[in-house]
Amino acid sequence: MVQQLCKVESCDEVAAKTFLLRFASSEITASAQPGQFVNVLAAEAGEGPLLRRPFSIARVDGDIVELFFHAIGTGTLLLSRKRHGETIDVLGPLGQSFRVDADYDTALIVAGGIGVAPFPFLTADLLKRCKRIETFVGYRNAGQILTSHLQNIHIATDDGSKGFHGNVVQLFEPFLDRTDLGKAKIFACGPTVMLKALSELAKRKNICCEVSLEGHMACGVGLCQGCPVERTGDGSKYALVCKDGPIFLTTDIIL
Amino acid sequence: MTASIKNKIKTSFTLRGIEFKNRVFVASGTFGYGDEVRKLVDVSRLGGIFTKSLSWKPRAGNPPQRIVETASGMLNSIGLANIGVHTFIEQKLPYLRKLDTRIIPNIAASSLQEYCDVLELLEEQEGIAAYEINVSCPNVKEGGLNFGTDCSMTGKITASLRKLTNKTLIIKLTPNVTHISEFARTVEAEGADAVSVINTLIGMAIDIKTRKPKLSTVTGGLSGPAIKPVALAKVYEVAKSVKIPVFGVGGIASAEDAIEFLLAGATAVQIGTMNFVDPVISVKIADGLEIYAREHGILDMGTLVGALDADLKFSVLQSWL
Repeated sequence: MVQQLCKVESCDEVAAKTFLLRFASSEITASAQPGQFVNVLAAEAGEGPLLRRPFSIARVDGDIVELFFHAIGTGTLLLSRKRHGETIDVLGPLGQSFRVDADYDTALIVAGGIGVAPFPFLTADLLKRCKRIETFVGYRNAGQILTSHLQNIHIATDDGSKGFHGNVVQLFEPFLDRTDLGKAKIFACGPTVMLKALSELAKRKNICCEVSLEGHMACGVGLCQGCPVERTGDGSKYALVCKDGPIFLTTDIIL
Repeated sequence: MTASIKNKIKTSFTLRGIEFKNRVFVASGTFGYGDEVRKLVDVSRLGGIFTKSLSWKPRAGNPPQRIVETASGMLNSIGLANIGVHTFIEQKLPYLRKLDTRIIPNIAASSLQEYCDVLELLEEQEGIAAYEINVSCPNVKEGGLNFGTDCSMTGKITASLRKLTNKTLIIKLTPNVTHISEFARTVEAEGADAVSVINTLIGMAIDIKTRKPKLSTVTGGLSGPAIKPVALAKVYEVAKSVKIPVFGVGGIASAEDAIEFLLAGATAVQIGTMNFVDPVISVKIADGLEIYAREHGILDMGTLVGALDADLKFSVLQSWL
């Protein structure tokens, strides 16, 4: 984990209200694992929101870290206006990564909306491990679609403007039934309602499922205790999204 | 900062015979048990670490959502989530006591007996410099603020704990009362060595789309730069009304802020919410204080304490004291 001022390489709108921010940090790219996140301060004290904003690492490219985000609030709007040469204060890499080394043949990636963010990075890692990858992405409409650096992409849109007309879980489920996948593992990120549906599906089909969660957090490192998620089993009632996650097995948490 | 400058300016102070090397501390609940960010922060620069609150048994804390950002601040409703004093002693204290800074456990409880039990267990341990007593958490149903807003109960807790320890006893006061100075005078009379002023202010935020409160507990504790002016006035009020030292806490984000608290009468300061934004801010503030001292020819940071130049004949506060 490092805290540093990083130079912005570029920040471009790549889909509706969705930005790709690229910044340089050889320290972060050297140690980051797929599924980890960074906590970014968009502006100096008094010039923007007080707290950092957490973002999944979308991809690393040499010394460059890439983030996808929706510009929806003050912090993300400020971030979306960053230009080449400006700096951002970054804390990271943080949290636990996807467990990619487990025993499976096919990686099934399921993403809803901006939940696609951690998957280019994961895909690059899975390719190195020669896993078969099938990627299911769901968006509200065709204007929001992001598919760069993904493999074997299946698209769903809520309004049917591209691909399957419906949500991503509806697209995904029949695929499980008609395809021989060998041993599969699901990696997912998206709205809680989607992850919940997916988690139940994974349980029914007896497939291991790991999800990346979002949480309201202040520090991103476990100091504030602000981002609990309920755990299954004995022991403490809550895990922290920032420190124990953001990646969890769906069998370990209650969504 | 060069060694010669460090040597020239006295940053330390003494409380009940214990020397604290710096007047900058990290506040309870904002620095965990010191291990989360140990690679980033040189805690040897700090006066000490006020730990996350400790209760007798572990507390799971409140359900999500626990955090909401507000204008220049944040609301929290953590609910004193903590590992409990036994786990603290087994898993955290061995590491903490090796650090080159003072360790001050913060104790939170739901009964007078629980405060006593936790403190007595900690009394048997090595490496503890002082205790901070949380009588003022706004986010737990039982105990918490009920104690902190009841002056006689706050006094009773102080008196009971005073009998159990010779170590420095610091009572953390809530601003959610009419006159915080009454509480400060009460705990001073019952033997407290210092007070921490202030804990969070009760606040609230609502999601207008769902018409639901943003926090699961409806209300929570407001902290961060938003509360700094309030905290400063409370520190001023308390410092005017008691002789025991005051730890100033509330929205401190810079060395300039820390100097304001010293001038208002704080003997030392605690950095809270800003640790979440910048984990190394406490060290930056300690550095900034020394730079200020050097620029102003100050040899002992203690000369700033209560050095406010105010014409009190216009002060409304006088009628409260």
